[in-house]
This record gives sequence, structure tokens and C-alpha cells, in this order.
Amino acid sequence: MALEESVDLKLDHHTKDGIEIVEVEGEIDVYTAPRLRELLIELVGDNHYQLVVNMEKVDFLDSTGLGVLVGGLKRVRAHDGSLDLVCTQERILKIFRITGLTKVFGIHDTVDEAIANRKSEK
Amino acid sequence: MATVEVTFTPLAAHVRTARLVATAVARRSGVAESLLDEVRLAVGEACSRAVEAHQLHCPTEPVRISLTDQAGRFEIEVINTSPALGPPESANAGPKSRPRPGTDPVKSAGGADDAGALVPQGFSLAVIAGLADDVQISETAGGTSVRMSWPSAGSLASGSPV
Repeated sequence: MALEESVDLKLDHHTKDGIEIVEVEGEIDVYTAPRLRELLIELVGDNHYQLVVNMEKVDFLDSTGLGVLVGGLKRVRAHDGSLDLVCTQERILKIFRITGLTKVFGIHDTVDEAIANRKSEK
Repeated sequence: MATVEVTFTPLAAHVRTARLVATAVARRSGVAESLLDEVRLAVGEACSRAVEAHQLHCPTEPVRISLTDQAGRFEIEVINTSPALGPPESANAGPKSRPRPGTDPVKSAGGADDAGALVPQGFSLAVIAGLADDVQISETAGGTSVRMSWPSAGSLASGSPV
């Protein structure tokens, strides 16, 4: 398990039911997004291709953050993997709707729901 | 005259500060609480875009933000003094500037190792257009201006408490 911490963004990850859960807390913007990007690259480099990003504690997400998530999805798809999101916050969901990315990502209410959905699709 | 003006060195770290200032001034101007998240996100997008342009073309020049509250509108103008990024984008952002329906951003995104190209061109403007009531983007020889506005109670201009 890795733990990274800064004023604006906290990142953590752990494995649950064979799926890597990425816990994100804080603001994902042009300044902090590169750290999330590095973590996703590291996980894929460690052969984790089934990812769930828990965004329930994310206060802010901009298009740079969206780009990092899209990049992560692209990476795992190259290995027939998946990247699902957990998010119920309207302020965050709105940016996914504006950009049409609700059709690209699986967005779930809880981590358990995301895992169950991923298992059922296997 | 603008109510508040902010200039900052074109570094990503300062975009958050710009967002906080813009949101605080919007709140003091009487912008509805339900719109403040939109103001925060829109100004962040415009500033991120400006920082990127400045870092490419004029890293020593500051990004300028003008926040004005008048006639029942709270207006934010983000000005960068660098050439436009990429191909010319819509001079008046609206639905047409959004990513085309059916476009797969995963496929249309740049190389996976190219952090700067992970979001298809126009995504940040699409977000701004989806958030602000009124958005105008002006390209001039001297740079780009992104102007956006929201309804306000105008309390800051009159000096009355919110």
C-alpha cells in the first residue's frame, strides 16, 4: 500500500477482491492531476488492470483531472482491463455529464457496487 | 473598472488561488450559492488554459483575471497574452464547441504518455460553455480573452452587505 499526501490531494490504494481500489481525496486540478496520473501509471506498471477510483472525497475535478482518468482508462484497456469510478457528488458528476464521459466510464454509488458490477461482467 | 483584478505567475500551483479568489468575490457579489461551484470550475478551466498557453509561449508574463460586478451580472475575464492554443476555437463558445456526440475521448485523446494531450482539444472550453450563462472568447494578436458571466445581486458594487 502506498500513501501519498499533500495539502491539496491525498492518494491511497489497496486491493479488494482482486481489484485495485484507488482512494482519492481533495482537489484534482492542473497542479495535482499529474500525481494521480503517476499513480495510475505505477499501478498499470505493476500489472493492476482492474481499477476502481473512489472519488467520494474529491472536492474538485477539472478537465485536467478528467484527462488523467481518460488516460488511465486508455492504459488499462490496452490490457483488456477496466477503470470504474465511484462518485455520488452532483458537483463532480456534472462535469462528467457536460463532457459526455458518463457514457465512457462506469460510475457507481459505492466501491462494493463497482466491484460487484465488474465481477458480473467477467 | 473591475471590482477586483488578480495577476499571477503562470504556474499550475496558482490556479487554485485564482479559483479561491474568484469564488470569494462571486459570493460577495451576491452570486447564488448554487452557482458558486460553477464559477469555481469555470474560472479554474480558463486559468488552467491560460497557464498552459503562457508556459508554452511567454512564461515570464503573468496571467490576468478581472472580476467585475455590475448591472446585475458578475463577470470574470481571464486574459492571456500568448498566441491561441492549437487551432482556432469558437469565438463564442456554446454547444457547438463541445466535443461531438459519439466521439470517444479515449480514442481521440493523445498518446497515453502525453499528459498535455489527454483531453481532446476543446474540452476545457466545452466545460466552461456548459457552466457559464454567457461565454465569449476573443482572439486578438495580443492573446486570448475568455469572458464569462453569471447573474448577481450586485451587492459588492453598491457596497452593501451580502
